[in-house]
Amino acid sequence: MRLGLTRLSVAQFFLAILVVGQIASASDDGVSLGSVAPDFKLRNIDGKMVELADFKDQKGAIIVFTCNHCPYSIKYEDRIIALNTQFAPKGYPVIAINPNDPVKVPEDSFENMKVRAREKKFTFPYLVDESQEVAKAYGATRTPHVFVVSNTKEGWRVHYIGAIDDNASSADAVESFFVRDAVNSVLDGKVPTTSFTKAIGCTIKWKNK
Amino acid sequence: MIQFLLLVMGLSFSRVEEVNLRQLQSRILATSDTTYVVNFWATWCRPCIEELPAFEALSRKYSKEPVVVILVSLDQPQDRLTKVEPFIRRRGYTESCIVLLNEPKPHLWIDKVDSSWSGSIPATLFIRGNRRLFGEFQFSETQLDSTFQSFREGRQ
Repeated sequence: MRLGLTRLSVAQFFLAILVVGQIASASDDGVSLGSVAPDFKLRNIDGKMVELADFKDQKGAIIVFTCNHCPYSIKYEDRIIALNTQFAPKGYPVIAINPNDPVKVPEDSFENMKVRAREKKFTFPYLVDESQEVAKAYGATRTPHVFVVSNTKEGWRVHYIGAIDDNASSADAVESFFVRDAVNSVLDGKVPTTSFTKAIGCTIKWKNK
Repeated sequence: MIQFLLLVMGLSFSRVEEVNLRQLQSRILATSDTTYVVNFWATWCRPCIEELPAFEALSRKYSKEPVVVILVSLDQPQDRLTKVEPFIRRRGYTESCIVLLNEPKPHLWIDKVDSSWSGSIPATLFIRGNRRLFGEFQFSETQLDSTFQSFREGRQ
């Protein structure tokens, strides 16, 4: 649905009269577009350690912070698998990372990650970010939260941050395929038309300090 | 027939109204001295449903004052009568105003609620006149009440 001008101006009016101070602390720390994303070394569901450096022969990667329990992650599982099917052969494999604290959400435990990956026949690594340091370093806040990076001499450059597409509830109703279009743009040597999006998602379950 | 009547009665007593963003915005009068507490939640969001009682308690505590608590469900519209409504009835929430926001394409409207919102929930917006406080908090009852009081008194 395209937002009409009327609605936009009503919204702007709303903002104009309401926005004064924002005290929220949500200015995302983490990687930014065009910056180099840090490498990581995390345990995969097969027990082996996986790092971005292992993908040095690839053109890039689609890094997806996701988990087992979040309904939004579940809605996107098949689409994440499809992204890997489409883009791994083109040099952009999916790397999924679960950053959630299993103490808070037992469904997101390492054992349950193995079960989920087996059930859904994941074709990509599903890594556990036990210390949550990787999610923090990237500035991931919710699941699913995607970072498209390309493999450059300087490191893993960030081209896209955000949602997979514009319709979580129905893959059939998607109008904007953000990640697909971003990867295709980068493959063509272009800057993605949309390189940053927000989406509703489950907040990452951080460990209690 | 009885089922049909019950269904009709159920619909007419619906606690959870479906609104779009414009309709939600129109409920918030920036010119009044009312303090609005707008919480974004969903039945599938565990931390959200943990903190909902705090909002209901806030609503009850300030029921005689110009305070409006709006619980904005981000559940799917098709889940309104099957999940959200039964959930609210089960919890027995009667004080807060509860709506389901039917707006597709979150990337187009999240910034209109607040530009600092990443999109994760729970998230809460306090509004009074031209003052706002937004955050992706998860509140306990005490934290919510103290945040509310300090916001209303202009301390944050």
